[in-house]
Amino acid sequence: MFSLLQKEIFTFFSSLIGYIVMGVFIASIGLFMWVFSDTSVFSYPFASLDQLFSIAPLVFLFLIPAVTMSSFADEKARGTMEFLFTRPLTTVQIVLGKYLANVILVIFALLPTLIYYFSIYQLGSPQGNLDNGAIAGSYLGLFFLASVFVAIGLFASSISDNQIVAFIMAAFLCFFFHWAFTYVSRIPIFSGNLDLFIQKLGINFHYSSISKGLLDSRDILYFISVISVFLFGTYQVLESQKS
Amino acid sequence: MSVIVQSLSKQYGVQRAVDGLSFEARKGEILGFLGPNGAGKTTTMKMICCYTSPTEGTAIVNGYDIHNAPLKVKNSIGYLPEHNPLYEDMYVREYLQFVASIHRLHRRKDRIQEVIELTGLAKEQHKIIGTLSKGYRQRIGLAQAIIHDPDVLILDEPTSGLDMNQLVDIRSLIKSLGHEKTVIFSSHIMQEVQAICDRVVIINNGVKVADATMEELSRIMDENDAVLVQFTEKRPELNIFKDIHGLTEITTEGHYFVFHHRKGNDIRPDIFRKAAAHHYIIIEMRERKASMEDIFRQVTQKKHYV
Repeated sequence: MFSLLQKEIFTFFSSLIGYIVMGVFIASIGLFMWVFSDTSVFSYPFASLDQLFSIAPLVFLFLIPAVTMSSFADEKARGTMEFLFTRPLTTVQIVLGKYLANVILVIFALLPTLIYYFSIYQLGSPQGNLDNGAIAGSYLGLFFLASVFVAIGLFASSISDNQIVAFIMAAFLCFFFHWAFTYVSRIPIFSGNLDLFIQKLGINFHYSSISKGLLDSRDILYFISVISVFLFGTYQVLESQKS
Repeated sequence: MSVIVQSLSKQYGVQRAVDGLSFEARKGEILGFLGPNGAGKTTTMKMICCYTSPTEGTAIVNGYDIHNAPLKVKNSIGYLPEHNPLYEDMYVREYLQFVASIHRLHRRKDRIQEVIELTGLAKEQHKIIGTLSKGYRQRIGLAQAIIHDPDVLILDEPTSGLDMNQLVDIRSLIKSLGHEKTVIFSSHIMQEVQAICDRVVIINNGVKVADATMEELSRIMDENDAVLVQFTEKRPELNIFKDIHGLTEITTEGHYFVFHHRKGNDIRPDIFRKAAAHHYIIIEMRERKASMEDIFRQVTQKKHYV
């Protein structure tokens, strides 16, 4: 499993994908945080990283499907799935190896945003006037969000051998799981506790809850369950394609 | 006994790709696995390698059942698939390192070096796989199959697309590997099979139609001859030749009708007489020694006229 993980990460960084993902992520967040006057931190009375954490899911929505789309789709199109399946690897190892490699790549993309953290830290008045707890929580939330997106992306990649189909499916599913439930819950026909229940099905609800710096085991359990469901789906799809 | 295939079957929808196939391949033996396109060779090999699961039956590789111990089976097999899928964007050496690490080999560097030299990849080892020609890709395919020193090698048409020199190299490599391993090797080049195999299994429509050692086959070849005949008539009534003494079978080969007969009987005068009696005009007739091709055609052609 670790040999597959290692190979995947090497492939990311030897074929520019890794650098492009990191570059695009940091650049687009940077534009929103420092350049665009509507959202820039300079037009904001407090020193905070809120902009980063509200924009990041949107950037991930496009970036993560772009990273994961090739995972299985490309292997199937090239026939290398047969190579992996005839090696002493279980399907679980193949899925987990690919999953962890993609998650690690996303963490790599997140790391440079620490520069923004230190910049804001310096800009605060007095210096360092930041809500560190909330920021740590937000990073954790973003990590979970990205992990869910990667699981969704892998699943989408497993059902098709066309990368573009995989990308579109993944982007749609990510969008659906992140935002759709929040908006659907606002339809007036859902009254009583039903609207809250629907909201809780979406990622957004749990992401904003963790972002407040509130570590609730139910949120973490939610993320882990959604990840497991999609990874299990990926496993099932791959198994069914073997025969 | 290294590979035992027991009534293996594979059903795709209504089509039975492999139907109750059984054979054995022993250690130190190169088994030629033959059959026309679509006979089920690749499907059978994929089932032995635990890639596709059989509908019925099983295979035992090195004592491990493909149903109960797939990982152990996979570890004892070196498999070169028909289309030889490779990671095109990796370097040759990097790719072999990856394969070696999947197999958790010790002394990886030495083994990779050894395999690179064995398959003649020394000059190309620092190139990207995608830039290499078919012959070199085939060598890489072979290198990844033998890197973990498996007891069983399953090679699906390993020599397709190679030029003469490469053919000779790869064949001698397979032959030398066959001394201490079990090699199952599919091909449709008969000379090749004749040159390197110890035993031959021929399948047609998923069913085994021949299983014989090379000696047995050459005895059959010695005992049989064939006469190639071309008539002006496209579809002559072949039943009229039925009672020619020594005739075993009539098959077709392009415009020719091949009259298989036992050695020692010259059946040409009889063919001439029968044809003349029915006003068929013979425009060409010649005798030919039976070859592997003849045996192959005889056991795999659906049309038996006699």
